[in-house]
Amino acid sequence: MTVSDDAGQNELETPAARRMRLIERYGVFAVVILMMVILSALEPDIFPTTQNLTNILRQIAMNALLALGLYIVIMTAGIDLSVGSIMALATMLLAMVDTSGMPWPLVLLVGPLVGIACGAVNGLGLTVLRLPHPFIMTLGTLYSIRGITNLVSGGRPVSGVSQEVRFLGSGEIPLPFLGEYASFPVSAIVILVCYGGVAYFINKVSLGRHIVAVGGNPQAARVSGINVDRILLIVYCLSGFFAGMAALMMAGRTGAGFPNAGIGAELDAIAAVIIGGASFFGGRGSVLGVFAGVLVMGLLRNGLNLMDVSAFWQQTMIGMIVVGAVYVDVLRRRAGATS
Amino acid sequence: MTRETGPLLEMRGITKHFGAITALDQVDLQLYSGEVLGVVGDNGAGKSTLMKVLSGLYSASSGEVILDGRPVQLNSPRDAQGMGIEMVYQDLALAGNLPVHENIYLGREPGRQHFGIKIVDRKLSRRLAQEHLDRLHIEVKSVDQKVEELSGGQAQAVAIARATAFDARLVIMDEPTAALAIKEVGKVLDLIKRLSDHGTGVILISHRMDDVFFVCDRVMALFHGRNFEESEISGTSRNEVIGWIMGTKGHTEGLAHDRL
Repeated sequence: MTVSDDAGQNELETPAARRMRLIERYGVFAVVILMMVILSALEPDIFPTTQNLTNILRQIAMNALLALGLYIVIMTAGIDLSVGSIMALATMLLAMVDTSGMPWPLVLLVGPLVGIACGAVNGLGLTVLRLPHPFIMTLGTLYSIRGITNLVSGGRPVSGVSQEVRFLGSGEIPLPFLGEYASFPVSAIVILVCYGGVAYFINKVSLGRHIVAVGGNPQAARVSGINVDRILLIVYCLSGFFAGMAALMMAGRTGAGFPNAGIGAELDAIAAVIIGGASFFGGRGSVLGVFAGVLVMGLLRNGLNLMDVSAFWQQTMIGMIVVGAVYVDVLRRRAGATS
Repeated sequence: MTRETGPLLEMRGITKHFGAITALDQVDLQLYSGEVLGVVGDNGAGKSTLMKVLSGLYSASSGEVILDGRPVQLNSPRDAQGMGIEMVYQDLALAGNLPVHENIYLGREPGRQHFGIKIVDRKLSRRLAQEHLDRLHIEVKSVDQKVEELSGGQAQAVAIARATAFDARLVIMDEPTAALAIKEVGKVLDLIKRLSDHGTGVILISHRMDDVFFVCDRVMALFHGRNFEESEISGTSRNEVIGWIMGTKGHTEGLAHDRL
């Protein structure tokens, strides 16, 4: 993944600004490596095993996909609070059509299509109704889509999702050379493909560059002949699409649609994007950074679980990391302003 | 200036109503290739409205725009750009988070189309941008530099480079020097002269008489949405033009200083 390429401008910066730029760009990777080193030292028999490391990949799959969608939205200085609800509805609907006998290749399409449809509602609400901020529209759909999920299911889980549909979320590729039970999760391959695809899209495709431009200055994009409303509609559809992909992960792991699945998942996804260095004000952030942000949260959960630390501490620490990550951004801006 | 061939642009009888308000009333304007026309007027005189009609942001209530002797319809900025009419906005309208070369080609990136998706050719974009900046004698440290790291004058130069990147025949500039440090004003004015040397028609909206008298070939004044007066720059004086802005003709030097 070539995420950004802006070599040749380092001689323009003061040492302080350069230091802050390095921290901004690579700091989160340093945190990932530091966490892995510490966890390997503290739990040498459990943490660095193939079993545990691939487990982390299994655990982060859902958050990784939701965060990827939110990254695109946050690049335009927007927000999508509805992704947890979209994921629940998509999981529920695909479980229902699957158990009613629809052929599995069509069931696989249901998740992403439901996601895109919900995203289109968000995007149209923002651009056609001219609501003042995406927070409002997606707060509305956070409630409404959750409500619809309960309505269609009667508030009851639907279990019995077929093995074919579960494959993307729970399939395993055996790795016999790494031990008898070692295997690589299919969900990790889904994540790699999605992240690689979005990195290419954002960096190389004109539509992706227009998304970045809208995040930097919507007025400039407009007078350049870019249809900003169309871009926003696409952005929220993409966020919905990745929520639909997360639904496939969810259905795979649990084999069922739960009406209360993914409550609060949007906040985890936002946290991962922010930890990964994307700016809430749009136009800044990399796909690789988002992946690192997802890993930081996954490692923290995994490590604290291994050490038998309560889930209450996990919440507390994730909150502190979010604040710390944004503070680094504040420091960077200050260094940039004084240089 | 190629007066023999007729004007590059003619606006005839342009009228624009906003509800009950008449912002422009039967305004005429001519511009020749390679000419720099200064448009002056007080706030609310109609300068910006007239330029927004020309750049396709507003459609006129009546009147016609004639380019190269042919009447044209300007329904959007895209239409205007397609005919070689570009505008440099007062607030620059650049994306600070993108590098110089991407700003120059924003919305019109060089690249290859595959199945309706355009893959941007960054190498080509960099090279074209560098060549274009060299042609205009605009200096930036690198076309990869982000626009937010540029000075006001450099950013203004990039905005002008963007407006002229696709063989613009006519560039409209709205107060291009208003936000600049004094030492940068000269560079931007030189750039405007260079554009007109290349045969591009330039319409300059400015409040600064120094700018108008340094770069313009001709100056026209609007007052309360109407044509008020115009002249070759050699046939008038600063004080006379200041008088036009305030709606008086035959102004004396003494009076101008009383009022300002």
